[in-house]
Amino acid sequence: MSQIWLIPAFPLLGFLLNGFLGKFFGTRFVSFVGPMSIGLAFLQSVVLFFEMLKTEGHRIIENLYTWMAAGSFQVNISFQVDELSGLYLLIITGVGFLIHVYSIGYMKGESGYYRFFAYLNLFVFFMLILVLGDSFLLMFVGWEGVGLCSYLLIGYYFEKHSAAEACKKAFLFNRVGDFGVLSAVLLIFLSIGSLEFNTVNAQAAAQFEYGGVLVTVITLLLFLGATGKSAQIPLYVWLPDAMEGPTPVSALIHAATMVTAGLYMVARLSHLFMLAPVTMNVIAVVGTVTALLAATIAITQTDIKRVLAYSTVSQLGYMFLAMGVGAFTAGIFHVMTHAFFKALLFLGSGSVIHAMHHEQDMMRMGALRKKLPITYLTMMAGTLAIAGIPFFSGFFSKDEILWKAFSSPLGGGVFWALGFLTAGLTSFYMFRMMYLTFHGNSRVDSHLQSHLHESPWSMTGPLMILAVLSIFGGFFGVPHALHFLPNGMELYFHDFFAKLPGEAHGSVDTEIMLMILSVVLALFGWFWARRMYSGSLEAARRLSASWRTLYDLSLNKWYVDEIYQALIVTPGRLLSTHLLWQAFDKNVIDRSVNGSGVISRGAGGLIRGLQDGVMQTYALIFAIGTLTVIWYIF
Amino acid sequence: MIPLTHILILSALLFSIGVLGVMLRRNVIVIFMSIELMLNAVNLSFIGFARSLDSMTGVVFIFFIIVVAAAEAVVGLSIILAIYRTRKSLNIDDFNLLKW
Repeated sequence: MSQIWLIPAFPLLGFLLNGFLGKFFGTRFVSFVGPMSIGLAFLQSVVLFFEMLKTEGHRIIENLYTWMAAGSFQVNISFQVDELSGLYLLIITGVGFLIHVYSIGYMKGESGYYRFFAYLNLFVFFMLILVLGDSFLLMFVGWEGVGLCSYLLIGYYFEKHSAAEACKKAFLFNRVGDFGVLSAVLLIFLSIGSLEFNTVNAQAAAQFEYGGVLVTVITLLLFLGATGKSAQIPLYVWLPDAMEGPTPVSALIHAATMVTAGLYMVARLSHLFMLAPVTMNVIAVVGTVTALLAATIAITQTDIKRVLAYSTVSQLGYMFLAMGVGAFTAGIFHVMTHAFFKALLFLGSGSVIHAMHHEQDMMRMGALRKKLPITYLTMMAGTLAIAGIPFFSGFFSKDEILWKAFSSPLGGGVFWALGFLTAGLTSFYMFRMMYLTFHGNSRVDSHLQSHLHESPWSMTGPLMILAVLSIFGGFFGVPHALHFLPNGMELYFHDFFAKLPGEAHGSVDTEIMLMILSVVLALFGWFWARRMYSGSLEAARRLSASWRTLYDLSLNKWYVDEIYQALIVTPGRLLSTHLLWQAFDKNVIDRSVNGSGVISRGAGGLIRGLQDGVMQTYALIFAIGTLTVIWYIF
Repeated sequence: MIPLTHILILSALLFSIGVLGVMLRRNVIVIFMSIELMLNAVNLSFIGFARSLDSMTGVVFIFFIIVVAAAEAVVGLSIILAIYRTRKSLNIDDFNLLKW
């Protein structure tokens, strides 16, 4: 018996218990129920994962009941575990469990502790619905649900103005993407007549002509949704602001799970996307540009969480680059390793912030290595992984993506070159963050200095587990060129995704050469960061002064927020105020509503005299009416 | 045996008396009794048809009507009693509040 429904049921139960009873039963109850519900879901996921591997065709579908049926159209509430959703299940519940445990320590003493865990459980529930659903509609339920939870959790400190603004921003940007998804779903329904993923994937090639307009429009709309959820150009600006939420939220939602929902959707519909080479190209270009743009912003940010936020945007760009060149396996592999090391880095930064009493500015840190040894060592593992230092997890997945970008028939040298440049920047800004935070001279306020302490076990434990995963997680997908282990990811996703439209080119020697190049660049980035930030910051200041314009552009995030403000928000507000509200709403809507009221009242005034309240008048009218009818009939 | 026509004429007369009573009388109790009169006029025509058609259906209907009328009488009289207690009047012209 498979019992897939148990997986989302546990977090839902956790949400109900925490949300309705947590306030009365207190902290101990919440700290038990919150992580426990995710832990049980994780166990069930593991069981189902192995059951799925044993099943013929690697797919378990569980039909719960028919949601809606109209003629030949039918949507079921049914859950599906296959290679893709199985892997996502393990990431969501596994990393989710660690982050829940971490939150016990991090959120200790916060008001609304139960509220936090209730939202977190609810988020995991919706995320599981998103990946388990076997149709667009069920996925869309999860899609909207995680957006809602993201909104609630970014605005967790809703009494803070910036947090309230940030959650509104995140929600609105996601709405733009949702519009794309919804339109695409309608178009798919019109052209295929089914909303089940398996049917759509199987019939896509028969229904759509290769490179046709319809399939291109559909996939572009879907990709618009993906850019909203997964923070790509043009809709990425909400993610850095989402750092207003508590740090475990940033780790879980805005790094490890929710932001990979867009990638999940693209990978899930690989057969559809593969029919639209134009869309694939757009995805690859958007991914590459986003990766580079975000990396150039990350090198000058001073808020530790913002560095990580832009790093997330950049890494998501990598994953989309992989999707765009048809390397779905490599993209999902990077989703996995990224979930490990980015959750680790965020939780590590949370540990630092916890120790620093909510100071996030790296310019007021420094030399924390001795005070926070576990945090330092684990974050170092995450940094080595994301920078692509050999044999840490990020090395394998990132180089797989870069190689595929170079060799795939959909890719090209330009994609590789920009991705390569981004890899160097990544190494630089990550080590910059590490040196600013943990090395050099202490710039910590003197009254904080004595309070510095390592975080409790509930926080360092998850850090250590994630560090182990970040170090060794890459061995699941060793590239072919380094064949000391079989490429586990390719074996696992064997025949799952759509095939490339042509042969890959490039030899093993080229692959190894490119790999060495990117390792050299990563080491160079490390070395450069160490030279500028491990001692006094004089060299860094001089450099930024001599490149003032570029430095300002990067520090101000290329003024993208300001451009959006000027191009969209301000005109939108002017239009709404003057045309829609003052002109249309007041003159047309209000007047027609009031007018219909006036007409009704006038007509009523004319005939209300008939209703005089004397019952016998009514009886008389009734009798006369009856007699008239009788007389008329006979 | 009484012919059906006679019974129906009697029934129609009783019904018309009831209708006129409801429309013309001012005392609530009398109006109420007029309503009962109309009900029983209907009962009478039921009985007449049942006899001439030699069918039990009409008789069964009468039992239903009597039961419902009894229940209705309870409710109606209670309402009248309640109105009397608050308004100290049984004149239907005093109860004309339910209007515009």
